[in-house]
Amino acid sequence: MPRDLSGILARHRNDPTRLVQILRDVMEADGWISPPAITALADALGLPRARVEGVAGFYAFFATEPRGRYRVLFSDNITDEMAGSAELRQRLLDAFHVRLGEVSRDGLVSIDVTSCTGLCDQGPALLVNGRAIARLTHARIGAIAAMIRGGAPLSEWPDNLFEVHEHVEREDVVLATPFAPGEALDAAIARGPEATLGEVERSLLRGRGGAGFPTGQKWRLCRAAPGRERYVVCNADEGEPGTFKDRLLLARHADLVLEGMTVAAFAVGAPKGFVYLRAEYPFLVPGLEAALARRRHEGLLGVRIRGVEGFDFDIELHVGAGAYVCGEESALLESLEGERGIPRNRPPYPVTHGYLQKPTVVNNVETLAKAALVARHGADWLRARGTARSTGTKLLSVSGDVARPGIYEYPFGVAVKQVLEDAGARRVQAVQVGGPSGTLLAHNELERRIAFEDVPCAGAFMVFDESRDMIDVLHNFARFFAHESCGFCTPCRVGTTLERQMLARVACGKGTRKDVKDLGHVARLMKAASHCGLGMTAGNALLDAFAKFKPSFDRRLASLDVLPVFDLDESLAEAREVTGRDDVDAHFPEEP
Amino acid sequence: MAAEKKKLRVATASLAGCFGCHMSLLDIDERIVALLELVELDRSPLTDLKHVRPCDLGIIEGGLCNAENVHVLQAFRKNCKVLVALGACAVNGGLPAQRNHLDIRDCLQTVYLTGHGVRRGFIPNDPELPLPLDKVHPLHDVVRIDYFLPGCPPPADAIWQFLTDLIAGRTPQLGHGLIHYD
Repeated sequence: MPRDLSGILARHRNDPTRLVQILRDVMEADGWISPPAITALADALGLPRARVEGVAGFYAFFATEPRGRYRVLFSDNITDEMAGSAELRQRLLDAFHVRLGEVSRDGLVSIDVTSCTGLCDQGPALLVNGRAIARLTHARIGAIAAMIRGGAPLSEWPDNLFEVHEHVEREDVVLATPFAPGEALDAAIARGPEATLGEVERSLLRGRGGAGFPTGQKWRLCRAAPGRERYVVCNADEGEPGTFKDRLLLARHADLVLEGMTVAAFAVGAPKGFVYLRAEYPFLVPGLEAALARRRHEGLLGVRIRGVEGFDFDIELHVGAGAYVCGEESALLESLEGERGIPRNRPPYPVTHGYLQKPTVVNNVETLAKAALVARHGADWLRARGTARSTGTKLLSVSGDVARPGIYEYPFGVAVKQVLEDAGARRVQAVQVGGPSGTLLAHNELERRIAFEDVPCAGAFMVFDESRDMIDVLHNFARFFAHESCGFCTPCRVGTTLERQMLARVACGKGTRKDVKDLGHVARLMKAASHCGLGMTAGNALLDAFAKFKPSFDRRLASLDVLPVFDLDESLAEAREVTGRDDVDAHFPEEP
Repeated sequence: MAAEKKKLRVATASLAGCFGCHMSLLDIDERIVALLELVELDRSPLTDLKHVRPCDLGIIEGGLCNAENVHVLQAFRKNCKVLVALGACAVNGGLPAQRNHLDIRDCLQTVYLTGHGVRRGFIPNDPELPLPLDKVHPLHDVVRIDYFLPGCPPPADAIWQFLTDLIAGRTPQLGHGLIHYD
């Protein structure tokens, strides 16, 4: 029989839309989600059992099989790999005589990998029972192994192990302008909702999460949608590998972000909002909860905000469970509703049919921070920087082969070369702008500029110097997409796995020209036929690399013709053993 | 002067399949007479020739489940200008690949040693018998395949259309109703 779940259920008011939060609590309490627990939850929430099991099986941080009492997940971003995570991972595996993905025989520990944990400026990183540890070294791994072996609860591990540093290397107006909680709200209230909306429109602020949709237009559409029940959602599911700028904003500028949400709520007339925080950032939760409590106390959230009759707004914090696809706004809304994070058909768009099918504004963390500053300082303040169609500044998360990784704020239009110079990059071979789904730039394109007019960037800026092999980089990206595909549509589900397999062959020197041809074919097919942006962009880096790094592929190929994709002789090994044969016909001849 | 048109040499084989695709080929019925005007059969279950010689076209039904399948496939690739994977098993591994989630060692031990009703069993080890591969593979995992014709089996009309196109030198185009995945 499962433990009594009534405490967890009561905490979430037996609300089935809170299923993801409920399952998070079950994970925290039990270390896994057992079949009896699934049955009990389904009964208590009045849901079909398959629904609960489907959600439990969907998210990477939910385990439906027993895991170790210590669940260690190494971040598998390319920047972690470049900083030596594979060797450290092997050391921990050896320490417990366990293989990747397995639970040690005594049930003490399980070790696996997970997608980028957003600590690329201080990798390699890992999560242990959901808590992040950065700047891994052999010494740190040794200490972690000792504490696990000693069975010390996480609360007794030294605090400095869990410290996350924020490296701000370049500030521009957003990070440098002092901000007093309430001042943007007061300016918005003085202006009125309509004029506030007009100001955001006039600022030409565009979404900072990647797509670059005009923020004012999004708010306008939501405000115009019928009904009184509206929502404002802050997308803090910063999952694009190599991106960690929202981490900084939420850690150091939480008030600015929350105030941006409140301004949006004022402009569109929404009584309720959510922050959807990625599961990899649990260290941000206490600070955010404290900021929310303080803002409620100061009358910046709650009923009759700043004394304005009818201006009621509050924000609830939701934490994800390890799914990159939930950064896509409609998948995020599904997850908020307690469902699997599968992107919806669009249209209708969230502005008319969002959370619970009600009009909803979903904005990126950085967008909301800027919206608050536009409300405070006006449209012209934002337009004073940047380019004609990309106003204001952009926060870049710079990582990889640079002397000074961290957050850099630049006006839009900055040349890639300038960023590289400031970050101390040398002998640059390539820059991946906007993460694996973004644009791969070669060394001869460094004059190009970060802006919607040229190279758009959601925040990631990963640098690779001449010592790196681009095939390894692409192989890492392919693993990422295959792991994160939600499985809903065939082009992406099958395509991302095919890409991973073919790149693995090319990476280990067993690829053929046919693999290269098929890689391109599948990438183009995914782009054309996938259901959402994940599949549509999963082949971007690869197609860029074909155009810009062709010799990297050619020199890795084993043959221009087709070769077997598996080791023929090895595939007979088990049958040889069990039959005791070793004659000539029990082997394949060596290839000439 | 109109030289007599040379007949196309065609070889066929059934590897890890059920001969259903060959049966479907025979389902072209009386059109087989017209077909034989155009082609000359080399190695095939229909001729019972055991070795493939240089051919224009090789047609293979079934996937790869043992060493002999691989040898036959490689011989076909060496001898045939164009190689066609015919049917679900050749294209994807098909039904035999259902065993891929089982361990081959467990399979052999259960069937020949420990299974229900087995007494004094032993695992056959005669060198004449081809050893099973640990997994069943589709053809393109081992050699280059020029055309894939899906279906379980592909309908006779699809095979007919495909072969007549190919023989006439047209890129095969299977229209509506001719491509099946079941």
